[in-house]
Amino acid sequence: MAATKKTGMQTITFQNPPFFRGNAAVAGPKEGQGPLGRTFDVVLPDTLNGEETWEKAERKMLENACELAITKAGLTVEEIDFMMAGDLLNQLISANFTARDLGIPFIGLYGACSTMFEGIALASMLVEGGFADYVLAAASSHYDTAERQYRYPTEMGVQRPLTSQWTVTGAGAAVIGCEGKGPAITHVTIGKVIDLGIKDPSDMGSAMAPAAADTVIQHFKDTGRSPSDYDLIITGDLAAVGRALTEQLVKQAGYDISKNYTDCGILIYDPVQDTHAGGSGCGCSAVVLNGYLMGEIRTGKYRRVLGVGTGALLSPISSFQGESIPGIGHAVVIESTASLRK
Amino acid sequence: MEQDRAVPSAHETQKKIYSQMVARTKPKPPLARNVTGAFFFGGAICTLGQALLNFYISMGLTRPDAGAAASATLVFWAALLTGLGVYDSIAKYAGAGTIVPITGFANSIVAPALEFRREGMVFGVGQRMFTIAGPVLAYGFISAWMVGLITYLFK
Amino acid sequence: MDYLKAFIVGGGICVLGQLMMDLTSYRITPAHILVGFVTGGVAISALGLYQPLIDFAGAGATVPLPGFGHLLAQGAIKGVQENGLLGAFGGGVEASAVGIAAAIIFGYLIAAIFSPRGE
Repeated sequence: MAATKKTGMQTITFQNPPFFRGNAAVAGPKEGQGPLGRTFDVVLPDTLNGEETWEKAERKMLENACELAITKAGLTVEEIDFMMAGDLLNQLISANFTARDLGIPFIGLYGACSTMFEGIALASMLVEGGFADYVLAAASSHYDTAERQYRYPTEMGVQRPLTSQWTVTGAGAAVIGCEGKGPAITHVTIGKVIDLGIKDPSDMGSAMAPAAADTVIQHFKDTGRSPSDYDLIITGDLAAVGRALTEQLVKQAGYDISKNYTDCGILIYDPVQDTHAGGSGCGCSAVVLNGYLMGEIRTGKYRRVLGVGTGALLSPISSFQGESIPGIGHAVVIESTASLRK
Repeated sequence: MEQDRAVPSAHETQKKIYSQMVARTKPKPPLARNVTGAFFFGGAICTLGQALLNFYISMGLTRPDAGAAASATLVFWAALLTGLGVYDSIAKYAGAGTIVPITGFANSIVAPALEFRREGMVFGVGQRMFTIAGPVLAYGFISAWMVGLITYLFK
Repeated sequence: MDYLKAFIVGGGICVLGQLMMDLTSYRITPAHILVGFVTGGVAISALGLYQPLIDFAGAGATVPLPGFGHLLAQGAIKGVQENGLLGAFGGGVEASAVGIAAAIIFGYLIAAIFSPRGE
C-alpha cells in the first residue's frame, strides 16, 4: 500500500490539516526584556522560578507552559491523548519529570533545538492519521542548566566568541487537535541529519545551517512551491551566522529566500542584550513559535509560514573526542484558517 | 574504506567548500579590543599583586613569604568576586587578562564548586572544584617532578 | 617604577594568552591556557629564563600562571639539591603549597557561603 499522504521524498501533505488549539509560551527574565517580551504568556521574575535548583526551575516552566496550553485549548489534562516533549538536558529530565507530574501518556523526543518542531510534526501526524484527538507538543531549555552541561559553569570567567549563541530560558507548548480555530498545519518535511564538518562548539549556527538549508530546499522540491508562496520563512535558532549561511546555501540551489526569511534566534534578543549571534536552545523556537508567531498568524500578519526547527546534535563528549557537529532541521507549514478556506 | 581516503569524495569536497563559506561569513574576534582588555586588566591585577608584595615585605615578611601571601590575598579576592557573581562580568572584557593571572586559577575552582553545590558536598563541590584546577595541578606537578628528576640525574 | 614594570610585563603575558585563544579559534580554550601557561612556566624556569623576568618585573612575572610554574620548578630543583630524589616529588608541591591550598580552601568556603547567580 502506497503512502498516500507522502509528497516527494521527505514531505507529508495533510489532506485534513490538524489545527493548533492552544499555545503557551513561558520565558525567562532576559527573554522577557527582549523585543518579543510582550508576546509571551508568562515571564519569570528570575531564573530560579521559586525553586531550589535551575533544573527544577526549567521543569516548572515546562509544566506551566503545558498546563497553560491545555487551558487555552479549552481542554483538561485528561482529554489529551498523548504528550510529546523534549529538552536539552541529559536523559531528558525536564520533559520526563514534567510528564510524570502531568500523567499524560508520553513520548520523549530529542532533537536538540529542533524539538518543538519535531513534536509539532509528529503530533500533527498522530492527529491527522486518526490516532488521537488531541496531542500536546512541548519543549524547554534554560540558560543555566544548559551552560554547565554543554560548556562552562556560568560564573567561569570566559569570553564568549562572537559566533556563540545564548541559550534561551523558556518553554513552549502547543495542543494540536483535529478541529479548532487556530492556524492549521498543512505540510511537514522531516529533515536528514547533515554534517559538513564544523567542529567549533561555540559556532552552532554554522553547524546547523546545512541541515536547515537541506530541509528548506527539499521542501520546495517536494511541494513544487517557491519562496514567494510563503509570507515568512523562519528557522529555529540559527542566529545571525547560521541565518546568513542558510540564505547562501539555499540560494545556491536556486531559491532566493532573502526577502522573507528570518530566524527565531535573531528575533528573540535585542543586539544590546549582548548575546552575540543570538538565541538558541529548545526554548528559543518554542517560545517564538508559541508566543510571537502564533499571535502574528492569528492577527493575519502572516497567512502562510514555513517554520524550520533546527538542532545541533552534539554532546560534550563528542566534542572532546574531536567529532564534528551534525545538524538537523524539520519543517512545518503553518497556515491561517482564513487563508486555508480560499 | 581505503579507497575513500585516496580520492576525496564529493562529501569531502562539499565540506571544504562549506568551511570556506563559513570562514567568509562568520565574524572575526575583535582582536584589538580583546588584546587591549587583556593587557589592561592583566596588568592591573599584576600591579595590585606588586602593591601587596611591597606591603607584605614592609610588614617584615621575607620575599618568598611575601610572594605567597600576596598570591593568597589575590586568590581570596578572586574567589570572593566569583561568589558575588562579578568575576565573570569583568572577564567578559578582560579575556585572558583575568584567566592568566593566579586569580584565573582561583576562579576556575570557585565557579564549578559554587554551581555544582546543589549536587551535594562530595560529588558536587568536592569533585567539581577540580574540573579545571585538576588538570592544571596534574600537569604542573608532573612537569615539576620531571624537572627535579632531570636535575637529579644530571647534577 | 616597580608598578609600571609589573603592569607592562604582567599585561604582556596576558596578551600572549589572549592571542593564543583568539588566533586559534576554538581549539585552545581557557582550560588549555591555564594548563599550558603553568607547564610552560615550569619549562622556561627550568632553563633558567624565568628568574631574570621576575628580577625585572616582580609581581608582573610572579602573579601570572607561569610564575606558578616557576615556583613548582624551582621548588623541585631545590628539593633535589637538599633531599635527593625525594625532593623531586615534594619540592614543587611544597613551594607552591600556600597558593594551591589558599585556592582550594577559599574556593570551598565561598562555594559553601554563596549561591550561584546564573546568567
